[in-house]
Amino acid sequence: MSTNIADHVRATLVRRGRWGIGEILFWLIAAATLYFLPERHLILNEIVIIGLFALSLDLILGYAGIVSLGHAAFFGLGAYTAGILARDGIADPLLGLGAAAIAAALLGFVTSFLVLRGSDLTKLMVTLGVALVLGEIANQASWLTGGADGLQGIAMGPILGLFEFDIFGTTAYGYSLTVTFLLFILARRIVVSPYGLSLRSIRDNPLKARAVGIPVNRRLVAVYTLAAAYAGIAGALLAQTTQFVSLDVLAFHRSADVMLVLVIGGVGYLYGGLIGAIVFKVLQDVISAWTPQYWQFWIGLILVIIVLAGRERLTERVRVLWKGVAGRTAKSPETLPKTSAREV
Amino acid sequence: MLTILFDGIAYGMLLFVLACGLAVTLGLMNFVNLAHGAFAMAGGYVTAVLMNRIGVPFLATLPLAFIVPAILGLVLERTLYKRLYSRSHLDQVLFSIGLVFMAVAAVDYSFGSQQQLIQLPTWLQGRIDILGVQVGLYRSFIIVICGALVVALQLILTKTRFGSRLRAAVDDPRVARGLGINVSLIFATTFAFGSGLAGLGGALGAEILGLDPTFPLKFMIYFLIVVTVGGTTSITGPFLASLLLGIADVAGKYYVPSVGAFVIYTLMIVVLVLRPQGLFERAR
Amino acid sequence: MTIALETKGLVKRFGGLVATDNVSFKLEQGARHALIGPNGAGKTTFINLLTGVIKPTAGQIFLEGQEITGLRPELRVQRGLARTFQINQLFPAMTPLETIGLAVSERTGGGHDWWRVTGSKREIIDEIVEIAQRFRLTDVLDERTSNLAYGKQRLLEIAVAFACKPRVLLLDEPAAGVPEAERHELLATVAALPRDVSVLLIEHDMDLVFSFADRISVMVNGALFTEGTVEQVSTDPKVRAVYLGESVDE
Repeated sequence: MSTNIADHVRATLVRRGRWGIGEILFWLIAAATLYFLPERHLILNEIVIIGLFALSLDLILGYAGIVSLGHAAFFGLGAYTAGILARDGIADPLLGLGAAAIAAALLGFVTSFLVLRGSDLTKLMVTLGVALVLGEIANQASWLTGGADGLQGIAMGPILGLFEFDIFGTTAYGYSLTVTFLLFILARRIVVSPYGLSLRSIRDNPLKARAVGIPVNRRLVAVYTLAAAYAGIAGALLAQTTQFVSLDVLAFHRSADVMLVLVIGGVGYLYGGLIGAIVFKVLQDVISAWTPQYWQFWIGLILVIIVLAGRERLTERVRVLWKGVAGRTAKSPETLPKTSAREV
Repeated sequence: MLTILFDGIAYGMLLFVLACGLAVTLGLMNFVNLAHGAFAMAGGYVTAVLMNRIGVPFLATLPLAFIVPAILGLVLERTLYKRLYSRSHLDQVLFSIGLVFMAVAAVDYSFGSQQQLIQLPTWLQGRIDILGVQVGLYRSFIIVICGALVVALQLILTKTRFGSRLRAAVDDPRVARGLGINVSLIFATTFAFGSGLAGLGGALGAEILGLDPTFPLKFMIYFLIVVTVGGTTSITGPFLASLLLGIADVAGKYYVPSVGAFVIYTLMIVVLVLRPQGLFERAR
Repeated sequence: MTIALETKGLVKRFGGLVATDNVSFKLEQGARHALIGPNGAGKTTFINLLTGVIKPTAGQIFLEGQEITGLRPELRVQRGLARTFQINQLFPAMTPLETIGLAVSERTGGGHDWWRVTGSKREIIDEIVEIAQRFRLTDVLDERTSNLAYGKQRLLEIAVAFACKPRVLLLDEPAAGVPEAERHELLATVAALPRDVSVLLIEHDMDLVFSFADRISVMVNGALFTEGTVEQVSTDPKVRAVYLGESVDE
């Protein structure tokens, strides 16, 4: 009896750590587009970057429950860091990526202490404020950032000294996709770990989390810092692959859009950001082709409808659908031998 | 120096009229309404359109700049907003951002993206010299009107039956309901009134703040600062916060233009971190 | 007998109100100790002081001889002081399995572990199973907590506290609101808690108190009113007066 339960317990816990067929397909298709949709690489590159940005927001909103309206602060900082480095002659993309991640993580770490306290509204205002302050700095420090004209003269070297960026965006897309995939694997690993479980518990009920002995603040600081680093990398990817940075990367609509993207795809299961990015970009493409100037109206309408229809319910449905596809693992978990339990 | 102070006060009073509706929505319904600026914009456009297309005199447009957004607010409150009172703040934020996006695009579609200019009546133009201080006539006009509104609001809140019910509902909606107060009616009335005030503020401010489709986004942060820094349990808090913000903004732009809005945002963060309940709120 | 938990001159004031009035209290090792008192006597405030949710105005708290007065709540838990809440404080979106797994892996230091998949350690699995069985949760392990019957939620509440492997367990009205049909199961699991865990039970239900406790303290107006064996307290006329007075008021 009790060994049965033990097997069940292990299987249930470990199952979440295993990749489903749907997930593998998702990434295979993504990789396949590198060969099959060459004329779309520019927009695909954009999608991947937005997806990574939304993924980083999911880490703090979906897994730690922090409402942020200023996530663009980290995205923008990453973009400027990578852009400025490249302009000033440090052309190696990976170096720029690392620097952007560190800069954004530092900002995330420092500002995380500001969002530990207060209501949702206070958090919202503080995050928004941080992004605005950064936007002002970028605007004023035009000697460094190019101000309102944008940061020009970014010249990227080849990735790993091997792959030159091309005008069709193929290298760019491959690069962004690879980076995003690696970061995704890491995030996925984190959310099924005990640490990830503790984050979910904090989102659900911080008071109880403390009563279980979880150092709530430390966990939140850690995840906020991590999410900031992710957002910074997304920004750096944008700067490197488009070779241009403007004040737009720090604008309010960036923060609002990324939240919208995440909400479209669904909060709290990591794929939401990526799926949302695809839907968002396709929508944007379709609507702007039809009514170029006013696509914002329709995006707003979609947002209103999503909320009125019950966001949680929709997300739950998407998740169930997703589990139907992705949850099907190669073998049913019960029949798996014990050693395959992804022990590291 | 005094001119700047004067302009700052005018600006601050304007901000108060614009934002006080938001303070009530937040304090009363605990609803984060980022779309508040859209109602202000509606008021501004009512005035601009009536004046520029039909030739209605400025003063005559003001009542309509109040009424149209108020009705708009009432309709939206009854149909949409009330469904979201019990939802999470995230949902409210998303919903109202959606509304803002729609409003911005709709106004852009209907009236174009350019600045709407309004021609003030001649008796409101120019400056006069009072005791050596240069004083803009229009700004004096704003101070008088907004000052009167503030006094009226304060009287309504403290002296009337509606006011005492409103305060009861803000304090504890459940208890208020238990006392037989129709809280949902109070919600609707207040929401409509707050929207109307915002519209009036938008009309009055068109000359000073500018008016184009991005208005709700541009000033959203200012409204939010007023209510979060000022607190939502009284109108004195937001009023003082508005004045401070107005003066600081005008003075900042005049004396240290290179620092820009930086100081204000930073101050806001500091205040919110140190006093999450607002600057003028007694800690509970 | 060694002392598991002790307070010395504990005081908590809220403004002018004295919620905890100079309480010096001892919980013996392995005790089954009940704290009773009329509504508003300050029992929950006392628990909140012990667990560090609020800070005392004056006085000290010792856990197994070591002072913990200034320690943060989560550190107290790590030292072996766990509690349940009067109103369910659970993780509504998680399953009992995840909830217990969380508490166990937190205690064993797994909470910093961000690379290992939850459930890849044998000892943790075994402990989850043991706790699930002890608290009769095996048949609902995969349900969403918010969908559980109230009695099961109360059991989970205790199970989570127990998963922190406490030396001292504070139970704040564990049976409150549990329907009669589910009550028996709950009482049985509480009675079956291992003897090496010292338990302080806060309860209104006198049946539960008398069947469970071997010592009783009575708190009135924030101060300890009297203390003694079940026998002594249940026959104490002063205690009866306090309770009768209370029931007349209600």
